[in-house]
Amino acid sequence: MRKYTPKDNVQAKAYYTDRFWVSPRVPQSPVEEGTHFAKVVETLGTQCREAYIVDGQLVVHIDATENFNVMKTLKEQCGYTQCSEQSAVDYLAQDGEFELFWQLLNIDEAKRIRVTTRIKQGEAIESIEKLYRSANFAERELFDMFGIKVNNHPFLKRILMPDDWEGHPLLKTYPLHGDEFASWYEVDKIFGKEYRDIIGPENRDPAMIDRYDTKRFSRIGYEVPFAADYTDEEQQPVEYSDTFLVDYNKPSKTLDERK
Amino acid sequence: MAQHQVNYASAAGLPIALTSVDKLVNWGRSNSLWPLTYGLACCAIEMMASGASRYDFDRMGTIFRASPRQADVMILAGTLSKKHAEFARRLYDQMTEPKWVISMGSCANTGGMFNTYATVQGVDRIIPVDIYLPGCAPRPETLQYALMMLQKKIRRESADMKKRPIQDLTHQDGKKRARLI
Repeated sequence: MRKYTPKDNVQAKAYYTDRFWVSPRVPQSPVEEGTHFAKVVETLGTQCREAYIVDGQLVVHIDATENFNVMKTLKEQCGYTQCSEQSAVDYLAQDGEFELFWQLLNIDEAKRIRVTTRIKQGEAIESIEKLYRSANFAERELFDMFGIKVNNHPFLKRILMPDDWEGHPLLKTYPLHGDEFASWYEVDKIFGKEYRDIIGPENRDPAMIDRYDTKRFSRIGYEVPFAADYTDEEQQPVEYSDTFLVDYNKPSKTLDERK
Repeated sequence: MAQHQVNYASAAGLPIALTSVDKLVNWGRSNSLWPLTYGLACCAIEMMASGASRYDFDRMGTIFRASPRQADVMILAGTLSKKHAEFARRLYDQMTEPKWVISMGSCANTGGMFNTYATVQGVDRIIPVDIYLPGCAPRPETLQYALMMLQKKIRRESADMKKRPIQDLTHQDGKKRARLI
């Protein structure tokens, strides 16, 4: 028998792993002497923890506290005048850390650099908005989606989600269908919490059929008048059985106890 | 329904057409439905095409109005995000009675393929809907058909708002709930 592994926390761990499968990796190569990137690594000096080439662009690992100085050096001395992208990756389940990255572009040399660093949850990062104006929205999105605070940002406010939203949706622990706050958000906001009972929970099954609702659905096996009430009726047609229906609104089973 | 051509010989030589107040009022209402210019996503492109010259909503007396105060139909065309739900409801509240709602496309009907935390799972959670128009995105002909169905519905119902039945909906948990107003 194969050893039982819990399958409930699918976001933290893959449900099924092939023993012989090797994850495809983009080959890394060392920085060659005499190239443009070698000069960049030399300019950064001790600020650069690790540097290698991936897919024709330089990847530089730095210390999280030094990000502003590194960007300043790259912008003023190495000609990286554009910050095209900045975001984070949630590695909290594996390593207890976020990986932050900045993607920089040197137009004159047609070269790109990725600067990466790692921070723990609850730690803040220094804003690079003073160097790159494009970082303004990217850092707001970073705060909105991951809850990573950015020091000295001019206007650190949620950018995609509403201001009164709870939770940070791009965290791997955030459920895809939303937590309780998210699922009642529009009802609470427009009508108030007391309307939850009147409006009812969200229907997460787009193919849901209610055979007793004769206004919106025809009844399988019978021809019934519009808006007829059949809720009290016990008998079921032979061809029809509720057991074949999949309830997509039911929360998934927890199998942890079987261990 | 009022007769456009009066048969003078049969009506004692007078231009008289007999009808009921309901029919007269609903005739007027159903033949000049003014929707709100309000697009949410890609369905709005089809809605715009319906209004433009090729499909020509104008021939049905339907003209898009840029203010909810002048509109009596709200076409919810597209994905309604939870952030925007509040504003959609506010626009609906700003429309004067009588008002009707067409939910256009899968996203507005059920949330569609956006089975996520940020999308309202069916606009009928916040706004009462008269016509559900399926499709992703529905073609302009379909929207015209939906509007014609709405016209039919208007002609059927009472002109007096108080006499309209409040429909109830049965939800998937089996409980009957009053319809939103």
